[in-house]
Amino acid sequence: MSGRHFAALLRIAALALLVAFLVAPQAFAPVFAPLTQYGAPPIYDQGNLLSLALAHLGTVCLAAAASTVVAVGLGILVTRPSGAQFLPLSRTLVNIGQTFPPVAVLAVAVPLVGFGEKPTLIALFAYGLLPIFENTIVGLRTVPAAVLEAASGVGMSARQRLRAVELPLALPLILEGIRLSLVINVGTATIGSTVAAKGLGEVIIAGLLSNNNAFVLQGGLVTALMAVLLYDALAGLERRLCRTVRID
Amino acid sequence: MSAPVAAPYVPAAASRLRPDALGVLLTAVGVLALFGLPFVLFKANRILPGEPRSLLAVLPAAGAWGCGAALLLAALVAVLARDARLRLGGALAGLVALALAVAASGDILTPPGNNVVRVAPGGAFWVLLLCLGLLATDAITRLRPGPLTRVLLLAGFFVVMGLSLAHGTFDHLSVMREYAVNSERFWRELLRHVWLALGSLGAAVLVALPLGILCHRVPRLRPGVLGTLNVIQTVPSIALFGILMAPLAALATAWPWAAALGVHGIGAAPAAVALFLYSLLPVVANTAAGLGRVSRAAVEAAHGMGMTRWQVLSAVELTLALPVILTGIRVVLVQNIGMVTVAALIGGGGLGTFVFQGIGQTAMDLVLLGAIPIVALAFTAAVLLDALVEVLERTKA
Repeated sequence: MSGRHFAALLRIAALALLVAFLVAPQAFAPVFAPLTQYGAPPIYDQGNLLSLALAHLGTVCLAAAASTVVAVGLGILVTRPSGAQFLPLSRTLVNIGQTFPPVAVLAVAVPLVGFGEKPTLIALFAYGLLPIFENTIVGLRTVPAAVLEAASGVGMSARQRLRAVELPLALPLILEGIRLSLVINVGTATIGSTVAAKGLGEVIIAGLLSNNNAFVLQGGLVTALMAVLLYDALAGLERRLCRTVRID
Repeated sequence: MSAPVAAPYVPAAASRLRPDALGVLLTAVGVLALFGLPFVLFKANRILPGEPRSLLAVLPAAGAWGCGAALLLAALVAVLARDARLRLGGALAGLVALALAVAASGDILTPPGNNVVRVAPGGAFWVLLLCLGLLATDAITRLRPGPLTRVLLLAGFFVVMGLSLAHGTFDHLSVMREYAVNSERFWRELLRHVWLALGSLGAAVLVALPLGILCHRVPRLRPGVLGTLNVIQTVPSIALFGILMAPLAALATAWPWAAALGVHGIGAAPAAVALFLYSLLPVVANTAAGLGRVSRAAVEAAHGMGMTRWQVLSAVELTLALPVILTGIRVVLVQNIGMVTVAALIGGGGLGTFVFQGIGQTAMDLVLLGAIPIVALAFTAAVLLDALVEVLERTKA
């Protein structure tokens, strides 16, 4: 019990710290000051940290939404009898998405779509497909045959069965895939700043370029904190949904 | 998705003339690309935007017809044929024709003795390459080759590519132009890339194996160790590289022997340490999971035979858990090959040097000189380790 309270307390403290730093970064200047040299600014001053963090999160969520739609759609398609022949191809494609290093995708996408958010979105989208796709397939395939037969037995059409039985039962696994993909991409999105996408990578790269470790550290910490909190929040959501499904 | 589930299952033999859905899809995409996108881009120099040229406009009539015929053959086979060998043959014929066509375009569009003009493969080439590559992969999957055959296929591909590169078939294409300028540096950075990826993995395995065994033996430690390693994973790679620069620089100034060993704030050292840290989680987690799946009966039988604890661990438990551990190593290796790219940002070298230089100069060809080998390395690592895992699982069974 006390363990759970401690975890909740830690969670709230982490969230409070993140929000406080993003809203009033200058208050933390003394913490970062020892890391700077020759009077360099201890807090990132070339842009608003809060808006950078929000832009970062926006890019990641948009890419994750696109990955989710495509990966879940593909997962449903290839687990239907009519789409089964597309399973090997989809697997290959999704695996390619994960094997291509995001930096390479980013670099190759720049001449096609220009600098900015778009190449980052493409790289994150491709990189995030695999966990969602694989989990969707496993989730849909592990629905017990007896449940499927019962659903058909009460006169459900294939579409009704998918929507009312298979997807809800597969939901916890699908959500786990989305969570993995989101958390990986919060970190990966920082490299988008090498092609001028707005995000927290800007802070880190500014630090690398001006040899200012305070910038590097705060960019990295904010990103990591966001990833951990997101992971935690989604895990909580999953537990909640699982409980509902079990009661039903 | 909306097709009725109860559709009658038609055996392959009875539907000889039913078109293959996958073949139809890939053919449609290929045809659209061939007629809608440029086959090659012609640039007066390396940083100018390219002028689009179609296949018909570049090649002489005989060449264009020949390439078209080979592509048509590949498409027909993909749509109509059921036999996987035939499908593979069709796809390979298409790939060879495509490669020859793009090489010929380079030769034709480059004026003799001109080193400034660049001929880069265009959108149609890349899409066709993807479609034919997918057809070939799909045919190979249908043939269900054993692990050794897959490795041999990969080796065959590299031999053919190596021979044609050595022969100079593609020398007039833009990527090879960049290679000609950077050839010495290219091999150095490639070697460094592989070293960084493999070296950090090797060090991580040395630490992660005992840590994984410990997590398995003392379950109380497990949440703490895995939780910590999980948090490390969430720190973005550029930031971790950057953060490690400071302590390593301090280390190098405090102890000259460390500097003599190559520990510096800038360069490969922070990248190697960061990659090492990232590599720990998958190996530790899979070692613990793999050991957890070893049956109690096997362990007890080994004890019963009079084996010591150390013998049981090395000869029974680790051997049985090896496929799962190797799966973790595969994840790490593919991930490392990608992440080493970012190390170029902190002076760590590797193929990322070309990628970021290319982005900086908006020289796409230079980007490709870095990106293509990175992707090839990642695929090779994935194929080799997948084959190894399968071999081990078979011998276990």
